[in-house]
Amino acid sequence: MGTALVESVFSIDSEVLNVVLLSLKVSGTAVLIGALIGVPIGMVLGLKQFSGKQIVMRFVDLTLRSIINTFMGLPPVVVGLVVYLLLAGSGPLGPLGLLYTPTAMMMTQLIMVIPIIIGVTMSAVGSVEKTIREKALSLGATEGQAAWTVLSEARMGLLTAVIVAFGAAISEVGGIMITGGNIRWFTRTLTTAIVQEVNLGDFNRAITLGVILLLMAFATNLALTIIQLRGPKR
Amino acid sequence: MPLIEVRNLCREYSGRQVLKDLSFDVQNGEICVLVGPNGAGKTTLLRMLDLLDEPTTGRILFDGKEIDYSADDKVAMRRRIGMVFQQTVLFNMNVFDNVAYGLTVKNEDKRSVEKKVKTALELVQLRNFESKNALTLSGGEAQRVALAQALVTEPELLLLDEPTANLDPRNVSIFEEALLRVNRERKTTMIMATHNMFQAQNVAHRVAVLNEGRIERIGTFQEVFGMPSKFLVDFARLENVFSGVSKITGEGTSLIDVGNGLKIEAAFEKTGDITVFVRPEDVILSVNPIVSSARNSFEGRIVEVSDMGRIVKLKIKAGRDFRVQITKRSFNEMQLNVDSKVFLVFKASAVQPV
Repeated sequence: MGTALVESVFSIDSEVLNVVLLSLKVSGTAVLIGALIGVPIGMVLGLKQFSGKQIVMRFVDLTLRSIINTFMGLPPVVVGLVVYLLLAGSGPLGPLGLLYTPTAMMMTQLIMVIPIIIGVTMSAVGSVEKTIREKALSLGATEGQAAWTVLSEARMGLLTAVIVAFGAAISEVGGIMITGGNIRWFTRTLTTAIVQEVNLGDFNRAITLGVILLLMAFATNLALTIIQLRGPKR
Repeated sequence: MPLIEVRNLCREYSGRQVLKDLSFDVQNGEICVLVGPNGAGKTTLLRMLDLLDEPTTGRILFDGKEIDYSADDKVAMRRRIGMVFQQTVLFNMNVFDNVAYGLTVKNEDKRSVEKKVKTALELVQLRNFESKNALTLSGGEAQRVALAQALVTEPELLLLDEPTANLDPRNVSIFEEALLRVNRERKTTMIMATHNMFQAQNVAHRVAVLNEGRIERIGTFQEVFGMPSKFLVDFARLENVFSGVSKITGEGTSLIDVGNGLKIEAAFEKTGDITVFVRPEDVILSVNPIVSSARNSFEGRIVEVSDMGRIVKLKIKAGRDFRVQITKRSFNEMQLNVDSKVFLVFKASAVQPV
């Protein structure tokens, strides 16, 4: 058993490779598109200062922030269910025939990561917004130049947002299981494959996949830690 | 001619009056120091002068022209003003880019930027720091970079919000030296908030005492601290404050019995309970008894020595405890230490009623 496990862990066959690549492709694409959408929104929300006089704007601002915070903790299974209902044959997007495809999985993870990216970007920008903006203005910057300086000072935070989102996406299982269907050679990722192998009782294979997933999560967090250690001490 | 005229300035934050009907002038080329406890309104006032905040009512005139807080474009005005914040804020770039920031936002040409940054860094004694990352500097170096950032554009008005509150004595003296030099050479007007009495004495042409949103007093350091009010005793932590019973002993003199066998002669006529103080710098210290015109001479023993950089503060037991301040040089030359026997000498006119 012991040697079998070791052999299994080190024998990365083509199917495992396929599973790993699909995981990277689905989560990577979701995070990439998510960043393109979420980072600018997070920046605007982080930069925007609503003064005390505009009570309506303040209310809108508070509501928006609460919604984002709620969505940051969105259960992936629920996202999966919603996307399933949208893409299912009788659903509004049914005719596109996307259910049980990598695209459907990507869409699921995209919905999941956007609030995370917006939220982390927003707080990264917000945390330097007041001091950096005022400093820049006091040195004679225009509002536009000051905003640019704030974003540039928050750049480490933006990278953090992307890495946190990738970490969440790569380890997610409930959502893509529903919308991807865990089809062998087609929509099977690391996480769904582990569920499959455990169900089949092939624990050696499940552990192999688990170790790979763990290593990927570790690499992601290592990158994050390095960035945070090198980042400005504020 | 005044560069700054503050007229009936009020500022309210959600019902709390931070500044209450403030009016004063700052002359061109003057260093005006604002002293006052936390919450007195010093920061609020400086932020308004830098157009980072606006008055609830009242107005500020800069160079004879009223500052328009409703203007969309405050940039032109701000570019005539520099500000150093208490909390050091630097950008995550190297020191050169940090100092050059105020010039690059104005699109100054590269050669002139290089020259001005070099001059500014020399002023704060940070030559060859250009390529260092600003976030790796020590607290003192970082705040000196912040000063260079504000000085590089040669502003007409420099605002300083307790800039040396977190610095050690060496950095403080480099910082003050730079301020005095810029004021002398460029005639830059400065308004600085501070808690530090020594700093006010070192750099101020005039001192304004701010308390609870009002200016309590304004004048030269002598005028303001020569005759302190009860508030000042408390805020300025006046030392050598003694309470006792005073008796008139002759024309223009009184003897005050402050307990422990200590009787202090004062150059005023008062009877009854009184509180007086003697400023530490008005006390002369000698190793041997000296014959002089000073009416007060007491023998005592040094019980505490605190090194404040260029000066040394001593606590001396002579019936009652006295605080005395002498230069480091005198301290060394007189070979003083804890337990040394010394004589305290001060004039009757140095004894001031609170």
